[in-house]
Amino acid sequence: MADLKYKTPLLDELEKGEWPSFVKELKRAAAKKPMADGLLGQLEKSYRDKQTYWKHGGLVGVQGYGAGIIGRYTALADQFPEVTAFHTVRINQPAGWFYSSKALRQLCDIWDKHGSGMLNLHGSTGDFVLLGTTSEELEDTFTEYSAAGWDLGGSSSDMRTPSCCNGMARCEFACFDTMALCQDLTMTYQDELHRPAFPYKFKIKIAGCPNDCVASIARSDLSIMGTWKDDIQVDQAEMAAYAKAGKDIQGEVVGMCPTACMSWDGKAMKINNKQCNRCMHCINVLPKALRAGKVRGATILVGGKAPILEGAQLGSVVVPFMPMKAPFSEIKELIQKLWDVWGENGNNRERIGEFMLRVGVGNFMESIELAPDPQMVLHPRENPYIFYEEYFEEE
Amino acid sequence: MAAPAKRQTDIGPPHYEQFLHPVIKKNYGTWKYHESIKPGVIVHVAEGGDKIFTIRAASPRLVSTDFVRDLANLADKYCEGYLRFTSRNNAEFMTAEQKNIDPLIADLAKLGIPVGGMNNSISNIVHTQGWVHCHTPATDASGLVKVVMDEMIDYFKHEKLPAKLRIAVACCLNMCGAVHCSDISLLGIHRRPPKVNDARVTDLCEIPTTVSACPTAAIRPAVKDGKQTVTVDDSRCMYCGNCYTSCPAMPLANPINDGVAIWVGGKVSNARSMPAFTKLAIPYLPNNPPRWPEVTDAVKHLVEVYAKNAVKHERFGEWANRIGWPRFFELTGLEFTKYHIDDYKLAQKTLRSTAQIKF
Repeated sequence: MADLKYKTPLLDELEKGEWPSFVKELKRAAAKKPMADGLLGQLEKSYRDKQTYWKHGGLVGVQGYGAGIIGRYTALADQFPEVTAFHTVRINQPAGWFYSSKALRQLCDIWDKHGSGMLNLHGSTGDFVLLGTTSEELEDTFTEYSAAGWDLGGSSSDMRTPSCCNGMARCEFACFDTMALCQDLTMTYQDELHRPAFPYKFKIKIAGCPNDCVASIARSDLSIMGTWKDDIQVDQAEMAAYAKAGKDIQGEVVGMCPTACMSWDGKAMKINNKQCNRCMHCINVLPKALRAGKVRGATILVGGKAPILEGAQLGSVVVPFMPMKAPFSEIKELIQKLWDVWGENGNNRERIGEFMLRVGVGNFMESIELAPDPQMVLHPRENPYIFYEEYFEEE
Repeated sequence: MAAPAKRQTDIGPPHYEQFLHPVIKKNYGTWKYHESIKPGVIVHVAEGGDKIFTIRAASPRLVSTDFVRDLANLADKYCEGYLRFTSRNNAEFMTAEQKNIDPLIADLAKLGIPVGGMNNSISNIVHTQGWVHCHTPATDASGLVKVVMDEMIDYFKHEKLPAKLRIAVACCLNMCGAVHCSDISLLGIHRRPPKVNDARVTDLCEIPTTVSACPTAAIRPAVKDGKQTVTVDDSRCMYCGNCYTSCPAMPLANPINDGVAIWVGGKVSNARSMPAFTKLAIPYLPNNPPRWPEVTDAVKHLVEVYAKNAVKHERFGEWANRIGWPRFFELTGLEFTKYHIDDYKLAQKTLRSTAQIKF
């Protein structure tokens, strides 16, 4: 590694320690790619000066798409000419982030030919992120990836790349086939993914159960979260086996149930399912003995987002229970209604969660043709300023 | 490439089915339960009795193509050529052969890749781009992740916490990641308003968009030296940087004032308690690259106090809520300042409107 162009005494400190080092990775790429070397040089300067040296992205892309590429230019082209342009390419990941070694090598070989050789596995939205190439390379890069069967993900004011947990592939908690839905929605909405036409970004994340391993409730405008409607399935023999093995069923499970809906007398687990709120705790702790019910589907929540602009929001319930089987027409109908109403009335750079609060959630539900449901709220309103729409006229 | 490349559009990602290990494909949708084997290793058992073992490996997320090839080689050697990544950017190796587990872990160790991050451990840190590749950061993300995970490595490799502990890093308030809902969040913060470059505003910015970008209405159109520009009411600015995203002539990076705030007690899972936002623990720590000692000390301290006091299965926020936040400040020795009292929308919801007080 002695032949790198830039000295990086500060970053070298981050090659020490047990956690895998991104600096070591940058140097591996820099050994082959001057662009990665330039990135190291500029990052060292950022570490010395305590500030970024990247400018705003410019408008760059590939023909026929308005999304998938994020432009990035250095503010220090004279000092680090290798990173004058250093754009991001988002490749749409396979559902559940499953790969074959062959596919990964193919993705890497193409990237080594066209870019810096650095990646993010994965981006926050879920994409296979290629970090750093020039405007001139974009068309050839895309041509080669698409010829090999890969496509770009989302960016800007479009449907962002949907992502999901590994669901039924390798999890007993999955209440529906998250990967099938993720693939289906991605294919159904290719146009919305590649050609931005919304007021702002629209993220979809799909979780197979209320554990929400993809953080859909916090990170997506549309959270599709697996659940069930009927009784938790109990295997009393396995309950007894857990007890025999020394599991503290009273302390760890019954005593921690948020709705106090269960009891254990040392022989049988009894659950008052009317009282259960499907939090998953008992199933998480006793997966051999307890399972979700058989009537399965998803809770649909809308509006999750980070603070910018009006403050952070968690998604909130719009449909308490929706069956979730192919061809998934019910969720697609809802998505279309959401996009129609928000697309028509949303302000520029207004997320759907902010739009919902601005127009009033009751009005919003009306506009997407959903009847008011007490499941949508934690409790009825406390504030008495009501916009009444019905009144009598004098005869 | 033998044949000349044929450009295609709107083909979407390859179907996932071709990337599934044969045992996963065979038992898709029929998994019955899972059990822990040892830290970082679980087994899933299917209705028919088939087993698949999962080994979870660390990753810095920002990786070279050679790193990916290293993983691919191990997948060929032990996992019939298949692997996956998790929502927290770990790599997962799946094998039907229990005898593969230890040799695979040994091979990962040779590459400097630890195994862990499952159950009651600290898993990989979800993070953002920072100084590596972003125009608005107040800190670096990859560097913070590296030094914090170096410090917390035993908690990744062993499952000795009361419950899972999720750390996230965001380098500015855009929070590209679930930083607003993690057990411990490190947030890059600016503390000074943007400096308007009056000469460039009309070249680079659309003024109405810039004005409407501000959540606190601190930005007004103005005319200076006969040129259109904008002014910022400093007293209203919360340094979110949204105006800078709309208008490159309003940079707000400030090396002597930018730093890191630490937030705690958020979660996304619905288990036991509802999903929750993080709460402010430490309003400001300085940026001290390359190893941010103030930040790593603070995280280590927070984790240790939590580990000592929480009960089994209790997440960080559940613990703090149970004992009450005043006790949290007492046990951690953190200073409670006026910054800890919310003054934005719905702040009233966070006030103590009761005489129920623990002394």
